[in-house]
Amino acid sequence: MGTKHTATLEHEHALHHEHAHDHDDHHETFVSKYIFSHDHKMISRQFLITAVVMAVVAMTMSIIFRLQLAWPGEKFAFINAVLGDKWGKDGILDPNMYLALVTIHGTIMVFMVLTAGLSGTFANLLIPYQVGARDMASGFLNMLSYWFFFVSSCIMLGSCFIDDGPASAGWTVYPPLSALPESIPGSKLGMTMWLVSMAIFIISSLLAGLNYIITVINLRTKGMSMTRLPLTVWAFLVTAILGVLSFPVLFSCALLLIFDRSMGTSFYLSDIYIGGRPLDNAGGSPVLFEHLFWFLGHPEVYIVLLPALGITSEVIATMARKPIFGYRAMIGSILAIGFLSFIVWGHHMFMTGMNPFLGSVFVFTTLLIAIPSAVKAFNYITTLWKGNIQYSPAMMFSIGLVSSFITGGVTGIILADSALDIHVHDTYFVVAHFHIVMGLSAIFGMFAGVYHWFPKMFLRMMNKKLGYLHFWITFISAYGVFFPMHFIGLAGVPRRYYTNSEFPMFDNLVDINELDTIFAIIGALGQVVFLFNFFYSIFRGEKAPQNPWNSNSLEWTTPMANIHGNWPGKLPVVHRWAYDYSKPGHEQDFVPQTVPLAEGEHDGGEH
Amino acid sequence: MKLLVLLAILLLIIAAHQLLRIIELSRGLKKTKEWHIDNADNDMHGKGMLIFMICFFVFFFWQVNQYIDRSLPPSGAEHGYKIDALWDANMYLCIVIFLICNFFLFGFAYKYRGNTANKATFFPHSNKLEMIWTIIPAIALAFIIIFGLKYWNEIMDEAHDPNKVTIELYAKQFAWTARYTGKDGKLGNTDYRQIAGANDLGIDSMDASGNDDVLAHNEFHLPVNREVEIFMRSRDVIHSAFMPHFRAQMNCVPGMITTFKFKPIFTTAEMRKIPYVINLMAGINKQRAKFGKEPVEFDYLLLCNKICGRNHYNMQMNIIIDTEKDYNQWLAKQKAFKTIASK
Repeated sequence: MGTKHTATLEHEHALHHEHAHDHDDHHETFVSKYIFSHDHKMISRQFLITAVVMAVVAMTMSIIFRLQLAWPGEKFAFINAVLGDKWGKDGILDPNMYLALVTIHGTIMVFMVLTAGLSGTFANLLIPYQVGARDMASGFLNMLSYWFFFVSSCIMLGSCFIDDGPASAGWTVYPPLSALPESIPGSKLGMTMWLVSMAIFIISSLLAGLNYIITVINLRTKGMSMTRLPLTVWAFLVTAILGVLSFPVLFSCALLLIFDRSMGTSFYLSDIYIGGRPLDNAGGSPVLFEHLFWFLGHPEVYIVLLPALGITSEVIATMARKPIFGYRAMIGSILAIGFLSFIVWGHHMFMTGMNPFLGSVFVFTTLLIAIPSAVKAFNYITTLWKGNIQYSPAMMFSIGLVSSFITGGVTGIILADSALDIHVHDTYFVVAHFHIVMGLSAIFGMFAGVYHWFPKMFLRMMNKKLGYLHFWITFISAYGVFFPMHFIGLAGVPRRYYTNSEFPMFDNLVDINELDTIFAIIGALGQVVFLFNFFYSIFRGEKAPQNPWNSNSLEWTTPMANIHGNWPGKLPVVHRWAYDYSKPGHEQDFVPQTVPLAEGEHDGGEH
Repeated sequence: MKLLVLLAILLLIIAAHQLLRIIELSRGLKKTKEWHIDNADNDMHGKGMLIFMICFFVFFFWQVNQYIDRSLPPSGAEHGYKIDALWDANMYLCIVIFLICNFFLFGFAYKYRGNTANKATFFPHSNKLEMIWTIIPAIALAFIIIFGLKYWNEIMDEAHDPNKVTIELYAKQFAWTARYTGKDGKLGNTDYRQIAGANDLGIDSMDASGNDDVLAHNEFHLPVNREVEIFMRSRDVIHSAFMPHFRAQMNCVPGMITTFKFKPIFTTAEMRKIPYVINLMAGINKQRAKFGKEPVEFDYLLLCNKICGRNHYNMQMNIIIDTEKDYNQWLAKQKAFKTIASK
């Protein structure tokens, strides 16, 4: 059935394509090409540029609260310039605004940058290219997905400009804090906007995810069996499945919160006295919210991480000039991580009053997830062994990812152990852990993807030297920020404290906080190098050749013109897996997937 | 002033633009292959990876050396020793994995840096290797799970000590209240609708066992070497009762009563004499002197550890661990709830 379907679509596409050729120049208007585009390549670029803008906003926020944490009470003209007199009077950050900044920083980074920005950009760009399809299964839904994301981002940004300030109950928005406007100013209009923005974001994510799944399953070109897919596509596929299964739960979670906030229901509220009066709500439980939230929240971690791991698998194999080690084990790990990610959410809730026995179950499942993760890390390292490593900026970021995945991963073993979690739950130890394992790994993966596929996206090359500079500044300062943070956690400092200066017991941590902030500022300035390189190269970078990295996968067989339908003639036919690098018996150290197997030659993916 | 800054930025951008034009023109933009990775690049950044690893490891040990003495002091509660022992075992394991994996990662990154003269080895998979590194982590994790769950179950079990002290910690934005049972050994029922005036905790006036309950603000006392059973409630939003020196933590959730138990083993005075604590406090006071703040002594603390609003960062209460005698004396001086409420 699959083949027949593919064949029909192929035929239609071919017809459409010929048609398009005749009239391309006449019918493609500015609006249909650059704004409401149905083309996966343009949508990918739209996602990327939106995400870059959002990332700059979220990063600026982090610098503001890092300044506050290192030098509480100091006056910073920068803070006053960004936040104005209301929230940054005399250059001192307002405590409510501090909470708002950490909330919006987290929300933007997790959802807008690392979910939409990462999956949206690279799944859109690479799935049709690497499976050998003319475009996504539904270009129209794909376009809607971007525009829902855009609207959602605008609402989130807009919420920063309202009178009461944006949502400030933490990115996890636990009620009752997020439900009761009396409890914090951010839970007034700001929280409503946060919820509306997230609801729209979820629609975007679902439209995109369904499209990715259908495209991978139905639109693979001839010869592209599932076991010949590059690992990027496998990662995007499993990511999309996770998103489709878990985002609707976040939607219901948010919907019930909207009901509690505006319609007087009591899903999450019970026995509350606030603002000088008892509330009528009875029978609800905030723990219900936590269950629903983390049922998305934990798969979300892997929605963020898997695409980054997929990208690095591809980049490491290509640039080490070696097949990825243990291709099948890598697929197995992705599937195992994907499955397990649904049954570990309770490890965020050991200290919430949830039954301790239930906690034990989650300890067991959570520690299981360490096994496929370890397999992935070992396989990456083995791929480097006896390689011929070409240090493009993308490769350096990929190695950076493997390092941060290991460094942040090992502390996960500690946090998954509920008995130890009593000690460090909600402290800076957790902040250090998830920033390294999720934040750094995912953002390194994203940078690797941008440097590696920039030529496919913008048909030009990024500047290599600036790329190296960007990598070293980012890599060093990232560890410089988050490694010392573990020790702040070991001293017992809770997260989301506006200042630590109210507690004498934390006074001796001042220098660690200063060190963190100094590295954060250096790291942020380092991103200016990237931004310059990125935008400059879009317009004035060197023209890219067709296959700059001597890569095997299909996207490099398309002409460097970003044409509609990707391939000018027939779709390519695939004869081998994507990882025949340095294969004995071949003159070059790469064999594109379109090269037929020689007589007696085994396909690398199938022995 | 702001206009000047903007003008300066604008000029800077124009200057940078002109500079770039010159660079582009001078190197004949379209012909170069700046992006091409040559042997010199590979050599430089391969070595860079090795140097990074060395610096990274040095930085790691330097931090341990500098910062580890600022960690929380030895546990003031009995169960904390289990947590600390488990912590140490897991942490050593993690550090070993961290060092070994990063060593091989950056080591290979250095050793196999590319060169046009070399060719990579085609090595797509090995069932044996993959088996080894699936099974070894699985065995290690089995031990971690077994010990972790054993301690977890012991720590989270109900309080069994017949001589236990039962108290309630009540959280609201942004203060704590401790409630003792009084002479009858029972905490009175509560009803949040009765919160008013002096009845800050909503103690139910229909329940006589609440009349002798004792309330403590700002600080509360506990006796050493007796199990403490704590019930926790919240008035408004989620808070978390975090007592890091006892390795104790539990969220306070509106509409629910949560619980945690522990047994203090050092009085506050004893804790102040432990060498580690003396050293820790010396470091703290040295830093305080730099800020011109007065020196402080060690105190057990209760902190809020769940984001709860504007003053989340300053929601604290002192805990004093007394000898049995001192504790009883202190408790006898506290007024019962009914006498407070009737005023």
